[in-house]
Amino acid sequence: MTMQVTMTVNGEEVSREIEPRLLLVHFLRDEIGLTGTHWGCDTSNCGVCVVLLDGVPAKSCTVLAAMAGGHEIQTVEGMAQGGTLHPVQEGFFQEHGLQCGFCTPAMMLTAQALLEVNPDPSTTEIREAIYGTACRCTGYENIVRAIRWAAEHPALEEVTA
Amino acid sequence: MQTPAPFEYERATSVDNALALLERHGPEARVVAGGHSLLPMMKLRLAGPEVLIDINDLADLDYIRVDGDDIAIGAMTRHAALLSSPVLAEHYPIFRDAERVIADPVVRNRGTFGGSVCQADPSEDLSAVTSALGATMVIRSTEGVRTVSAREFHTGPYETVVGPAEILVEIRVPIRPACGSAYEKVDRRAGDWAVAAGGCFLTLDTGGTVTDVGIGLTAVGAPHFCAPEAEAALRGHPISDEAIVAAAAKAAAATNPATDQRGPADYKRHLAGELTKRALRRALVRARGEGA
Amino acid sequence: MTATDVPTSPVPTSPVPMSAAGNPIGFGRMLRKEDARFLRGKGNYLDDVNLPGMLHGAILRSPYAHARINSIDISAAQAHPKVRAVITGEVLATLNLAWMPTMSYDTQAVLATDKVRFQGQEVAFVVAEDRYSARDALELVEVDYEVLPAVVDATKALDADAPVIRTDKEGKTDNHIYDWETGDSAACDEVFNRPDVVVSKADILYPRSHPSPMETCGSVASMDPVTGKLTCWITSQAPHAHRTVYALVAGLPEHKIQVISPDIGGGFGNKVPVYPGYVCAVVGTIVTGKPVKWMEDRFENLATTGFARDYHMQGEIAATRDGKILALRTHTLADHGAFNATAQPTKFPAGFFSIFTGSYDLEAAYGKVTAVYTNKAPGGVAYACSFRITEAAYFVERMVDILAHDLQMDPAELRMKNLIRPEQFPYQTKTGWEYDSGDYLVTLQATLDAAGYKELRAEQVENRARYEQTGEGTLLGIGLSFFTEGVGAGPRKHMDILGLGMADGCELRIHPTGKAVIRLSVQTQGQGHETTFAQIVAHELGLPPEDVEVVHGDTDQTPFGLGTYGSRSTPVSGAAAAVVSRRVKEKARIVAAAALECSPSDLEWELGRWQVKGDPEKAKTIQEIALLAHSSLELPEGVEGHLDASAVYNPPNLTYPYGAYLCVVDVDPGTGAVKVRRFIATDDCGPRINPMIVEGQIHGGLAEGIGMALMQVIAFDENGNCLGGSFMDYLLPTSLECPSWELEATVTPSPHHPLGCKGVGESATVGSPAAVVNAVMDALAPLGVRHADMPLTPAQVWLAIQGRPARTDLAFT
Ligand SMILES: Cc1cc2nc3c(=O)[nH]c(=O)nc-3n(C[C@H](O)[C@H](O)[C@H](O)COP(=O)(O)OP(=O)(O)OC[C@H]3O[C@@H](n4cnc5c(N)ncnc54)[C@H](O)[C@@H]3O)c2cc1C
Ligand code: FES
Ligand code: FES
Repeated sequence: MTMQVTMTVNGEEVSREIEPRLLLVHFLRDEIGLTGTHWGCDTSNCGVCVVLLDGVPAKSCTVLAAMAGGHEIQTVEGMAQGGTLHPVQEGFFQEHGLQCGFCTPAMMLTAQALLEVNPDPSTTEIREAIYGTACRCTGYENIVRAIRWAAEHPALEEVTA
Repeated sequence: MQTPAPFEYERATSVDNALALLERHGPEARVVAGGHSLLPMMKLRLAGPEVLIDINDLADLDYIRVDGDDIAIGAMTRHAALLSSPVLAEHYPIFRDAERVIADPVVRNRGTFGGSVCQADPSEDLSAVTSALGATMVIRSTEGVRTVSAREFHTGPYETVVGPAEILVEIRVPIRPACGSAYEKVDRRAGDWAVAAGGCFLTLDTGGTVTDVGIGLTAVGAPHFCAPEAEAALRGHPISDEAIVAAAAKAAAATNPATDQRGPADYKRHLAGELTKRALRRALVRARGEGA
Repeated sequence: MTATDVPTSPVPTSPVPMSAAGNPIGFGRMLRKEDARFLRGKGNYLDDVNLPGMLHGAILRSPYAHARINSIDISAAQAHPKVRAVITGEVLATLNLAWMPTMSYDTQAVLATDKVRFQGQEVAFVVAEDRYSARDALELVEVDYEVLPAVVDATKALDADAPVIRTDKEGKTDNHIYDWETGDSAACDEVFNRPDVVVSKADILYPRSHPSPMETCGSVASMDPVTGKLTCWITSQAPHAHRTVYALVAGLPEHKIQVISPDIGGGFGNKVPVYPGYVCAVVGTIVTGKPVKWMEDRFENLATTGFARDYHMQGEIAATRDGKILALRTHTLADHGAFNATAQPTKFPAGFFSIFTGSYDLEAAYGKVTAVYTNKAPGGVAYACSFRITEAAYFVERMVDILAHDLQMDPAELRMKNLIRPEQFPYQTKTGWEYDSGDYLVTLQATLDAAGYKELRAEQVENRARYEQTGEGTLLGIGLSFFTEGVGAGPRKHMDILGLGMADGCELRIHPTGKAVIRLSVQTQGQGHETTFAQIVAHELGLPPEDVEVVHGDTDQTPFGLGTYGSRSTPVSGAAAAVVSRRVKEKARIVAAAALECSPSDLEWELGRWQVKGDPEKAKTIQEIALLAHSSLELPEGVEGHLDASAVYNPPNLTYPYGAYLCVVDVDPGTGAVKVRRFIATDDCGPRINPMIVEGQIHGGLAEGIGMALMQVIAFDENGNCLGGSFMDYLLPTSLECPSWELEATVTPSPHHPLGCKGVGESATVGSPAAVVNAVMDALAPLGVRHADMPLTPAQVWLAIQGRPARTDLAFT
């Protein structure tokens, strides 16, 4: 019992024959090999699986690949343009916004989506935007600073990382 | 990671199509809206529908609008939309209060109003809100449309009047002039379900008498998520802080909380009173136009 | 040259030169080298390892805390079309693998044969073609259990009628594991019996918690049937120790085992032990001839792997009426779960808990720890605890605050009065530790100043007056803690795990063009080793850090060592890196002398070059020397070519980082809700190789402290069901509970570490819970609250206000 699903991932159309029960996170990781999206729980609590679904952060462990059919998905692998890091990625680098790196893709995508609707968020607004993803390493402070860094450096020209 | 058992997937193209699919597949079929209650339960294998009918394409169920004397909200409206709606902020800030503390921003991007109240989790927040506001739930089947008051919608934990071949399509809330509303919640941590929560609305006449009031409570075993004795103690009486405190005590007395890791029953009963008191005070300030 | 003839404390005093790439050639803020891959989603974590033909394993686990297994029927699971193998304890028993040794010389079932002894215990292992099918097949295994009464409350584990858990141990008739003593009981009695002393008593529980890194544990095992080589990718903080344990458990030749720790999504001690699932994956690959991946789900991680704490500490503290602390003693009950599987140095069954005298100069101290089996998951030492210093620091800092409460004394003043004085270092504690260095008063003062302590106390006076009048609003609480940790185990003569001495190797290779590769025995889980260790080499040799590649986490590529935990990377491997660099430097001197046609003693070192004393123009840079060392240059008799070197560092003592923390909370007595308003942390870990990374480590630990103090707990109901088995119930702090951390630093080098550095990875986890709890207790003092156990959830705070705080290790009643 399989079905065909087609979606756009990081701007490219992908199509696979899948079981309807396949979770989006496993579709991305196991079917198309984009392992930058992680998972960390079974109860939709941890948020390390966040991807952008039509530009909006969503927990990819709580969306069926089938439900994502026809939609646009962006993962961490789609953040850098050409060789240029997204300002959010550069901010995480500059401000030590990551340690083990496991929550980082989710945090960065959430930040990217935040800055698209609110280019100059306060630290409180940042904290309110990211609390759906848990980080065990950083204590959040440097993540907040990283997102502020990105807000202050919106148009980055060069790759430095 | 835990994974769901196999099932079939259908994507509905319209409400009629969804209803037809429900009829065709029978009681083992379930609709999936945001999926943020259903999919975790399926992963943990606490739920195992044979067919999932995806209603996310039903954009015509995603709206918040003023419709005559009511605000009409489509069942597929996401939490995030309820949180940011200017219409709701103007008429019923209780929604904003509640939505700020429902789950987390990522869950709120997917979870829907319809899914929340149909899940009927005994700690669910919007059920307390609809109950407080005396909302009307609009349910459709291939037979037609029927409406049920929010206070008759839930028949028990995880149970509602919505039949296996029916879909909740809309929630209607009457617009009330000179109204204040508010929601208060205690959780163990941001994003956690309520230890206890409650909300209310109040309308006053110019003399300061309570013309109407609704109180909703969640996670405390309040039958139908409401507190009618407390409402009766206020309705038709002049508002005062003493009256609020007395009503809050009545609200607490009518609860029947369960002890769990969120807290013992007596604590939750205390909270029911404390939060009712705080919500009423804040609603009063808003009803008087004295604060947000 | 040995570790002992290296010069001490070369603390950089002026800013170091920068490399062409803009990195400090030595100590200083440097952006992390490892970030490049993580930022792009190109990390390689365990679940990212995919091999051709790989199968997926899943573990069937016990739903009961204590039950006899009557039978297991695997036929339906075996018949599943995608299942390749179903392994039970019975199968393992035929291979002599049903039980494995723990890191505390106990045994632990790999797959249960006779009984299950905790909820979630491993019962059967299914190997299938994909992960979904493996999960499906678990539902097809039928187990007939006979449920037995469970031992849940540790305080009842030694009751005469308590069911015996370890019936597998011959002659075992109770649940006792060990009694362990430290300090001088008689000396303590003498102090406590003095007529004029004030004695404060308290029962303090540090409840069971779990490190729960965002990445769960897992393994990919692949046996090459042709070469007989077993390669295991494991979420391991100690790959070399794992390799040796595998060799011992499975009887495989150690040179045919390669353990690879890929990128690790957080460890915190959770990834030190060897878990049954790892062994199952190995058996799975042997049985099927295919690579087998096993990856825990979150329930498995929280409910079955290395938990932390679970210490019930009865304490008594004696002081003079004017606040001179004289003695401290404890009888502690340690709940070890169903198997004694704590990973800690052999001679320290209670870890380093005996450091419970903390940062104070006492006349006497005595501690006794009684450890018991219960029907709970095994573990004990995990979660950034520095081998139970977390429990010790929490204990003493609560006792000191309770004493302050009873004496009606300001807790800052009480600490100031009793902290060890700078002139007392090296300080011998009453329980046998030698603290290497410290200047405690300065550090405490730095925290008080940064916090504005006086102003906060003044605000509190007003706050309390307002509350008393109105009965509404929040109460302000101010909590202090001062901790001392001992980190960086060994020395090897005192410290070993399973007989493996705690010393660590390091190899440094300098390529002809002056680029370097350093190979470490320790493994990063986010601490930034690839950057910090490059900086150590840069500091010693003057190489740009971008020219130094750091290799770690692969036993075929790196020298033996015990791994990363207990904050030991910098104290042990960091020292090894300095020592090995100095060996290279000495070799380079000989080569440079040959090239400059002078005697090595004519040369002096200037960062990155050997130059002739008095004639700095005549010099060879380290890069030039590297090429010369590989060239046809004639070297003196007996001098080999190349610059490569290796070292094993056996630390002479632990390093003793310390710090002073202050937490400000606002407590809502109407709801019990606690809001952390501010957190000020002054840490002294000696010189900071990369201050950015050090601060990041502290930030993370402070968040953990908030978690433990306010929300995280693994409690059990009366049947032994785990009540913290998901992130819905086991609550991790989010960005909203954590304040913007305010950090200060003082710098007191370790006199025995080649770089003066002390460990810092766990300092904040050790020091912060007490500050938070002390703050909440301080807030509630006007309501008559003296002590309540963690976590201080809203319910627990409210119960404390009602005068009946709960036992947080058990279900609420
Ligand atoms: C981490 C996390 C934290 C959460 N915290 C909170 C919280 O604090 N407070 C709170 O109230 N909620 C909380 N939730 C629940 C969240 O609000 C969910 O979004 C909501 O409960 C379900 O909405 P959904 O659209 O996802 O429903 P789904 O999961 O899609 O459906 C839930 C149920 O309703 C049925 N259903 C859905 N739509 C309809 C319809 N239109 N007609 C008939 N039946 C329908 C489905 O068949 C299913 O049985 C949390 C969820 C998560 C994952
Ligand atoms: S994996 Fe935890 S929320 Fe998706
Ligand atoms: S960086 Fe490790 S979990 Fe966030």
